[in-house]
Amino acid sequence: MSDLRELYQQVIVDHNNSPHNFCELQDANRHAHGYNPLCGDKLSLYLTVNDDDIITDAGFQGTGCAISVASASLMTDFLKGKTIADVKAFFDEFHAALTSEHAKSHMDFGKLAVLLGVKEFPARVKCATLAWHTMQSALENKGREASTE
Amino acid sequence: MSSFNWQSIKNDFPILDNSRREKPLVYLDNAATTQKPLAVIDKVDEYYKNYNANVHRGVHSLSVKATDAYEGARETVRDFINARSVRELIFVRGTTEAINLVASSYGGSKIKQGDEIIVSEMEHHSNIVPWQLLAERAGAKIKVIPINDHGELDLNNFPAMFSDKTKILAVGHISNALGTINPIKDMIKEAHKHNVPVIIDGAQAIPHSKVDVQDLDCDFYAFSGHKAYGPTGIGVLYAKEALLEAMPPYQGGGEMILRVSFDDTQFNDIPAKFEAGTPNIAGAIGMAAGLEYINNIGLDAIATYEHELLEYALERAADHPQLKLVGTAKHKASILSFLYDGVHAHDIGTILDCEGVAIRTGHHCAMPVMDHFGVPATARASFAFYNSRADIDALFKALDRVKEVFKL
Repeated sequence: MSDLRELYQQVIVDHNNSPHNFCELQDANRHAHGYNPLCGDKLSLYLTVNDDDIITDAGFQGTGCAISVASASLMTDFLKGKTIADVKAFFDEFHAALTSEHAKSHMDFGKLAVLLGVKEFPARVKCATLAWHTMQSALENKGREASTE
Repeated sequence: MSSFNWQSIKNDFPILDNSRREKPLVYLDNAATTQKPLAVIDKVDEYYKNYNANVHRGVHSLSVKATDAYEGARETVRDFINARSVRELIFVRGTTEAINLVASSYGGSKIKQGDEIIVSEMEHHSNIVPWQLLAERAGAKIKVIPINDHGELDLNNFPAMFSDKTKILAVGHISNALGTINPIKDMIKEAHKHNVPVIIDGAQAIPHSKVDVQDLDCDFYAFSGHKAYGPTGIGVLYAKEALLEAMPPYQGGGEMILRVSFDDTQFNDIPAKFEAGTPNIAGAIGMAAGLEYINNIGLDAIATYEHELLEYALERAADHPQLKLVGTAKHKASILSFLYDGVHAHDIGTILDCEGVAIRTGHHCAMPVMDHFGVPATARASFAFYNSRADIDALFKALDRVKEVFKL
C-alpha cells in the first residue's frame, strides 16, 4: 500500500490530469516517436534546439498510462534550457536509477525524483522510461521510432 | 447460485490456498491462463516420477506405459469434443501452433495467388498473423468480417463475402478481448454452402462450454490445454480425417515417418504424420487430467455458474458510472473488458494488483479490436468456476482504490 502511494504521488496524478507542454511544436527541429508495445503507449516528442545545442523548447503528444504521461510532462519541463550534453549525462544517471536496483546516485533529481517510485513495480519501469528513450532518439535524430523493447 | 459446492472447489487448487501467501490472491485472469488443480499437478508429477519414457519407441515396459498414457490422453480429448476418431487429433504446443499448422500445411498447399481468406475483426493475433504470413507468401488476400459497437460480428454482409476464390474461413468461437460468443454453427453452415472449410479458434470456449465438433461440423478446431486447467505448452488441433490425409506434413523428423531413405521417404499415418519429434508427453497427460477434472464437475454446471458470476459482475458494474464496458454482446462468456473514467488500464492493473486482485490489462493480443473501440488498452477480468461473488466484490472494492488514487 505504501508502495502504491509512492508510485502514484500527487505530483504524478496532477501531471497526468493536466500534462505540461502537451502540444506539437510548430518550429521544432528535433522530433521522434516512442512506442511501448506492451502497453500500447504512444508518444510524439518535439524539441527545439538552438545553435549552441541548448534545448529552448519541448513539447509532446500521445496516449499512455499516468506514469508515462507524467514522465513525459516532467521531462519536457526539465529539458527546457538544458544543453544536449547536460541532458545526456543526466539521462544516464537517471536511467540507471530507474532501472537498476543497486544504483546509488549522488545526483539531485529534483522534481523528477517522484518517478523513482516505479522501481518497486518492475512491470511499470518501461512506462517511466518511454519518454526518455524517445528524447534520446530525437536528440540523436535517428528518425525511427524509439521502443521500450 | 447452483447446487454444486463451488466454495470448496478452491481447495482443489494449491495456488488459491490463501493461507500460504502473505496477502490473499483474487485471480481474475482466467482468459489468459487458468490455475491448475492438484489432479493435474499430480498426474504430471506421477508421470515424471514413475514412468517417464519416450513414446512409440521402446519395447521396454516404461515406454509402453508412457505410450498408453499419451494415447489415452488423445482418447480423452476425442471424447471431450466428440471427434469421430483419435486419428483426427494432433497434439501441438497450443492454439497458436495449431493455427500455424493449418495455415502452413493446408493453406500452403491449397491457397494460391489471388485466393481469399476470411477472418474477423475480433480475432486474436494468433488467428490473424499466420494468415497474413500465408497471404504474403501466396499472394492471397485477407477479407475481414467487421464487428459492431456491441462487439458482435456484423454478419449482414457475410454470405456475400464468399466467392469462388475464398479458400478458408478462420474465426474465433469466443472472443478473448470482448467475451462475445460467436454464432459459429450458422457461420460454418454458410461457409459450407460455398464449399469453404472453416477453422475455429476455440481457446476461450473449451473450458467454458460444451464443444461438439461433429455437431458444429467445423473442419478444424484449435485449443490450448493451459486455458482448460492443464499445463502450458500443449494443445490440440482437431481436423476432419480426409483433410488431414490430404495435407502435406507440417514439420519433418522422427515419429512422422514410416521409412526414410535418401531416395524416398514415406510418411507415417495420421495423426503421427503431424507430430514430428518427441512430443510433450507430460503435457498431453496433464491436459487430459484437466479435461477429466472439468468432466467431473460438468460443463453444463460450469457454464451456468460462470454465467451467474458474469450477471453478478454486470450488476455490480452498473453501480459504477465510471466503468464503461467494452463488449456488450447479447451472447457473452464470463469476460468483463472495461474502461474506467479515463484511467489507463495499466494504472488500474497496478492498483488492483496491490489489492491482491490479478486482472489482465492491455490490448489482449487483439489490436484491431482496440482500434475499433478507439482505445489503446482495456482492463479485463475473466472468471472461472473457482471464482466467487466475494472475488467480484474484491474487484469492485479494489476499483474504489482507483477512484481514490486518481481522485475521481
